[in-house]
Amino acid sequence: MTTSVLFDAPGPRGRLRNHALTVISVIAVGAVLYGVYRGFDAKGQFEGKIWEPFLRWETWDFYIIPGLIGTLRAAAVAAVLALVFGAVFGLARLSDHKWIRVPAGAVVEVFRAIPLLLLIFFIFYLAPMVAGGGDYAFIAVVLGLMLYNGSVLAEVVRAGVYAVPKGQSEAAYAVGMRKNQVMRLVLLPQAVTAMMPAIVSQLVVLLKDTALGYIIAYVDLLNTGFKILPARFFGSLIPAAIVIGVIYVTLNMALSYLATWLERRSRRSRKTAARPVAAPGSAEVGVGAGQGTEGGGLAPDKPLE
Amino acid sequence: MDELIKYAPDLALGFLENVKLSIVGVIASLILGTVLVAMRVSPTPVLRAAGTVYVNVVRNTPLTLVLAFSALGLSDQLGLVFSETPTTNSFWIVAMGLSLYTAAFVCEALRAGVNTVPMGQAEAARAIGLTFMQSLTMIILPQAFRAVIAPLGSVMIAMIKNTTVATAGGFLLESAAVMKITFDTTGASIPIFLGLVVAFMALTMPIGFFTGWLSRRLAVVR
Repeated sequence: MTTSVLFDAPGPRGRLRNHALTVISVIAVGAVLYGVYRGFDAKGQFEGKIWEPFLRWETWDFYIIPGLIGTLRAAAVAAVLALVFGAVFGLARLSDHKWIRVPAGAVVEVFRAIPLLLLIFFIFYLAPMVAGGGDYAFIAVVLGLMLYNGSVLAEVVRAGVYAVPKGQSEAAYAVGMRKNQVMRLVLLPQAVTAMMPAIVSQLVVLLKDTALGYIIAYVDLLNTGFKILPARFFGSLIPAAIVIGVIYVTLNMALSYLATWLERRSRRSRKTAARPVAAPGSAEVGVGAGQGTEGGGLAPDKPLE
Repeated sequence: MDELIKYAPDLALGFLENVKLSIVGVIASLILGTVLVAMRVSPTPVLRAAGTVYVNVVRNTPLTLVLAFSALGLSDQLGLVFSETPTTNSFWIVAMGLSLYTAAFVCEALRAGVNTVPMGQAEAARAIGLTFMQSLTMIILPQAFRAVIAPLGSVMIAMIKNTTVATAGGFLLESAAVMKITFDTTGASIPIFLGLVVAFMALTMPIGFFTGWLSRRLAVVR
């Protein structure tokens, strides 16, 4: 706990005050929870009748699991495409040739700035005009997610390569490696380790954003669980929201824990000289944030190579 | 291009709604996020736990679900009504959902800022006899805010882009919904899409530059 320094180990009076605060906050939190409970109960949200469908296998078999598969399918395809897009455009932005670097930079900046839903709508309506009739919900969701998250990943790739100390590429050039070899043999292997936590965090964002497919009627977890299922079992909207909410939170938390674990691992990793990088535009604050230092400045615990 | 000119007034009105949602969202989520971060660093374990649970649950729930639940669940089913006018009501429902969602991210950004304040500062504050609230409001938070101006800018930019998801909360006056309606009648129109893209970039890019400039200007030099 880095924040516990904010308050001293309490003395007798402090302890008394903390106990009083604890009691008050228990009452406050309890009151809020009880208020929600009463509100739900007054509208009959705890009747067994509307929860009963979730105990039956067919509900899961016909609605929730197919929806979950829809969500995971879109997320998996979009993740692979976004990683490819990110790698290509991230490296293109690092190119020495201006005619590659500048257009790639423009593409990345523009797709990061567009609200994702507008992009998905646009693809959804453009596809039938270009490729003829059909159901383009899946394609629109996947392409939208690929373009947006791929652009963010391109920035992660760039930051990862920059995070490798400059001396490494200087040394590689000094022993006679070519540009291609320096990138492929020296920079990228170390950058990938530094990038892993940011990539996994971005995949959480991607998985969460598949829920935008709900708006264009893509058959995902949110759609089957929150639109189709409550229509089939009248009145079970709140239970449905709670059940699929729990599924989403569990999925994303599992991925987030993976990201934290990877970050801790790469922080103590001796295979790379690069520090873990944060996704650009993420709310993460490095130690040197706000001082304009690139890449968090010098790290005292940087492993010696 | 003709379509953009034809629908420009509608799109502009829709975009104005996004701006209004953004303003409400910025104010409400900053206040809520600050309360949440105070809870998360407080000496009271119950408040800490409540803050942690809230932030982790909300951050891992899709915004689409938050907004759809606010509209269909809280408003329609449980009778949470802000206004008798349906559009005004859905505006405030969406503004509420958006602020509750963004507050979790604001809290995380601020908490990262609290961690950048050197431990000696908190120790010094305690040594001169400041209480928890005093050291938080006079020593820690002012420095934490300065450290997180740029990340907070990113959170706000994300929130402005997220106002387009208002459609999922049944608020159909904002620009994404207007764009969808025009696409339903005209088919996809590249000028209309680009027009809205430029509008959003005009709104978000200055925020990025301004918060970047401000964070360098206000940086606490250590």
